[in-house]
Amino acid sequence: MKKIEVIQNVLEANETIASRNQQLLDKHQVFAINIMSAPGAGKTSLILQTLTRLKGRLNIAVIEGDVASTVDAEKVQSQAKAVVQINTGNMPESCSLIAAMIESALKDMPLNNIDLLLIENVGNLICPAEFTLGEHKRVVISSLPEGDDKPIKYPLIFIDADAVIINKMDLLPHVDFDLAAFRRSITGLNPKAEVFQVSCKTSEGIERWCSWILEQVETKATKR
Amino acid sequence: MLHQMHELGVTENIVNIALAKASEAQANKVIQINLVIGELSGFVPDCIQFYFDSLSKDTIAQGAVLHFELVPTQLRCRNCSTIFHPQDTLWSCPKCGGQSIEIFKGRELYIESMEVE
Repeated sequence: MKKIEVIQNVLEANETIASRNQQLLDKHQVFAINIMSAPGAGKTSLILQTLTRLKGRLNIAVIEGDVASTVDAEKVQSQAKAVVQINTGNMPESCSLIAAMIESALKDMPLNNIDLLLIENVGNLICPAEFTLGEHKRVVISSLPEGDDKPIKYPLIFIDADAVIINKMDLLPHVDFDLAAFRRSITGLNPKAEVFQVSCKTSEGIERWCSWILEQVETKATKR
Repeated sequence: MLHQMHELGVTENIVNIALAKASEAQANKVIQINLVIGELSGFVPDCIQFYFDSLSKDTIAQGAVLHFELVPTQLRCRNCSTIFHPQDTLWSCPKCGGQSIEIFKGRELYIESMEVE
């Protein structure tokens, strides 16, 4: 029996495909955002708000990741330039999108006609933290009814986020959510993260979020 | 519908890496694979072994034992640079009480070495 040294990251295979995805997106000048949250935090609602607000300014495509069903894809269909639904139910990872799924979804997209790609990940605060997809920015949504302790319970996903969105702000008078404590946790874990307070129901804060997207897309474009 | 957890894809990678390295070393059998896994990593060792047993069937890695070395979480205080192991889910520095914390160790997942014959 002999021992051989390996030292190889097990997640490398995913990361290799993710960087290939990013190269392809860059080649076509597509800016991609990976949107992650627990089920029901408002990923689809945020995407719908973003589509409405940025219509006419950016051509936006959407990738919908769900274990099953096409309900989300149907909701965004009329507003987006292109929509691809990924159902992860029968795939090696059903709890998260992985880079290989995005790679095949990109094959069905008219990349030359797209400026912004919004990727709605599977509703889950654990698994998506482990997989990069080739996105340029990672965004996590946390909504008021979930409680203010989510960054403490699921630190990894918040640590890697470029932006954190606090959704359902209209419910603040009705729920026990300590906004200052939540923001302190985010600043502690990830001082660089942008924080947005929004309500997809009343549209509060959506304008600032959309300005941030425009700024990111433009900064990326001028860097080329 | 069968719901696979995300360990399945990761285990496929482990099998692929192990078979490639074993073939490079001209080995006939993989006896043990030594993995290093961080405490904060979202992967469950038992689950990886379960998928491994099924994915490695009829390969030279069939029957191999996966040995996991667990790396305890180590956090670093951004304020005073103290490195500490968190006592609970609330991450605060035991020295200065600061809550601006970064992960120093605990997210690893890699194959360190293998025993083959």
